[in-house]
Amino acid sequence: MQAQKQTQRNNEITFARADKSTLVVRLAGDWHLRHGLPSPDSVEKELDKEPKPTRLTFDAADLHDWDSGLLTFLIGISEICHKRKLPADWAPLPEGVRSLIQLAEAVPEKTGARAEVSHTSFIEELGREAISYAQGLDDFLRFLGEVAIAFTKLAVGKARFRRVDLMMVIQDCGASAFGIVTLVTFLVGVILAFMGAVQLQQFGAAIYVADLVGIAMSRDMGAMMTAIIMAGRTGAAFAAQLGSMKVTQEIDALTTMGVSPLEFLVLPRVLALFLMIPLLCVYADCMGVLGGAFVGVTMLHVTLGTYIRETIHAVTLGDILGGVFKASIYGIIIAVAGCLRGFQCGNSSSAVGDAATEAVVTGVVYVIVACGMFAFIFNVLGI
Amino acid sequence: MSLTHPFKSTDGKDAHATAFPKDGPPPIIVKNLTMAYGNYVLMRDLNFTVNHGDIFIIMGGSGSGKSTLLRHMLGLIEPAKGEVWYGNFNFTKGELLQREEMLRHFGVLYQSGALWSSMTLAENVGLPLGEFTDLSEEEIHEVASLKLALVGLKGFEGYYPSQISGGMQKRAGLARAIALDPEILFFDEPSAGLDPISSRLLDDLILELRDNLGATVVVVTHELASIFAIGNNSVFLDAESKTMIAHGDPKDLLAHCTDPRVRTFLTRGGEDAEKEKSARNHG
Repeated sequence: MQAQKQTQRNNEITFARADKSTLVVRLAGDWHLRHGLPSPDSVEKELDKEPKPTRLTFDAADLHDWDSGLLTFLIGISEICHKRKLPADWAPLPEGVRSLIQLAEAVPEKTGARAEVSHTSFIEELGREAISYAQGLDDFLRFLGEVAIAFTKLAVGKARFRRVDLMMVIQDCGASAFGIVTLVTFLVGVILAFMGAVQLQQFGAAIYVADLVGIAMSRDMGAMMTAIIMAGRTGAAFAAQLGSMKVTQEIDALTTMGVSPLEFLVLPRVLALFLMIPLLCVYADCMGVLGGAFVGVTMLHVTLGTYIRETIHAVTLGDILGGVFKASIYGIIIAVAGCLRGFQCGNSSSAVGDAATEAVVTGVVYVIVACGMFAFIFNVLGI
Repeated sequence: MSLTHPFKSTDGKDAHATAFPKDGPPPIIVKNLTMAYGNYVLMRDLNFTVNHGDIFIIMGGSGSGKSTLLRHMLGLIEPAKGEVWYGNFNFTKGELLQREEMLRHFGVLYQSGALWSSMTLAENVGLPLGEFTDLSEEEIHEVASLKLALVGLKGFEGYYPSQISGGMQKRAGLARAIALDPEILFFDEPSAGLDPISSRLLDDLILELRDNLGATVVVVTHELASIFAIGNNSVFLDAESKTMIAHGDPKDLLAHCTDPRVRTFLTRGGEDAEKEKSARNHG
């Protein structure tokens, strides 16, 4: 940009009349972005003064350094002139300034290109959110239906996917998840035992901590905690994997090859989680009981044998199978939510992150909703 | 709508049946196609025909909807109005299974290559062969090696996409696209991100594939060098008027088209620039 090395002065703007009909805008000093941008409103006010000018010109004799700050100011003046259909004489400005203004105005603004700023009321916003949630549920159920059809094809041996992909997902959401499941469910067992112990010790019934932990883990907590861990770990991973594949057009490549992405990508993931989550759930139940036993043995002075015997006495096969059944359903919910969000991912890298977040939120919310529904149904059925 | 082209199977095993006999209708006909995102119309009333053996260029400025048109032609986006026909088959309104069968006669090279990152190059190329042929594992590997050799990637069978350069990824994508000897090849910006020499080599490869496979080729590009080197038919999309404003051999368009928008594009703004320069000199 043009630069004349002189003593630095902030931008200055003054007005004069060359004659009754011509407004002269005098620009002086250094016009830099770091000095701030004067508003072109002052020019507009000057144009409103009587007698109203019918022409505008500039005096840049005292103008020193300038950068985009001056250009921005002048573009503002240009817009005012266009709006008022007022001819402006740009010739007194430095050539560099004129060229850049010409460049900025070379391509006219595309009609309809500017995003409309809409002001919506709280009620309208609330309504939109509600419709969006309803649409989200509709999308989920629709996708679940498509997955069910794919499972039907799998049952009759017509589904197409690579067995090696299934094995890799099984390893990823099964064996690789042992560590985190162990830690979390052991601690859940410890927490449950502590909470129960505080009350039960008052009645000399500390041994019933084993009943509390065993039943809670096998009926609900084992399945739910496993599901929440898997939603955060595997559901997000599914969304990120499929989202990345969408961004890099890998899913399009499958589609245009006549291979169903639903069968090829979604089926192995849903199947893997459906198969592995019950096993993880049983493992989580055991870890929870161990956590409870740790508290029982170390703090309540119950022997390990007594604790285990009491747990076996309290927990029925129905409790364990009920928990495993719930876990299987949670597994499907998490996998479907993860894959759906991955498929809905936008075409940017940030959209992949959003898809992963959405997958976790959707998975956890639907798992909790399903848990509530199971509690109600099991209660009604007396299970 | 039923298929009248000689597809033999419904299980996709016969990938080599000719879907577009030379004495039949043109392989691609686009009729009154309107592309829209919701209420926003991107392009309207597109009508053109791609003939057997054409290298058909979809050209236009950035944001004119070239790649979107390709996605409509591939069935990845449903048109707001109009139809895409492949031979006698109305692809837009066809049943899903029939559309999937038709897709097996296509090969697509995406802008980014779109290789499946969890598979080696041989597995990428071999996947369609495994899905739609009865070849054994060993035979699939041999064919995959051949296809990779055709695009100059002999010996790279065991590499993963992340281990090779962008240009090589594109060539591997092309090897996958020609895995089943397709009758129609689609290229989305094949030269994007390639140096001029790689770009020229890819152009030569496209010509060779057209000549040797007898394929019809559709290319989305705005690379003038490629357009004139390989194209013998084209459509020009204009973002301002939201429709096609020229159709024909790019070389003929350069020689005879009087539309200033097409001329400016095909001369890289050269004529306008010359006029402006001349006006300045005279002024």
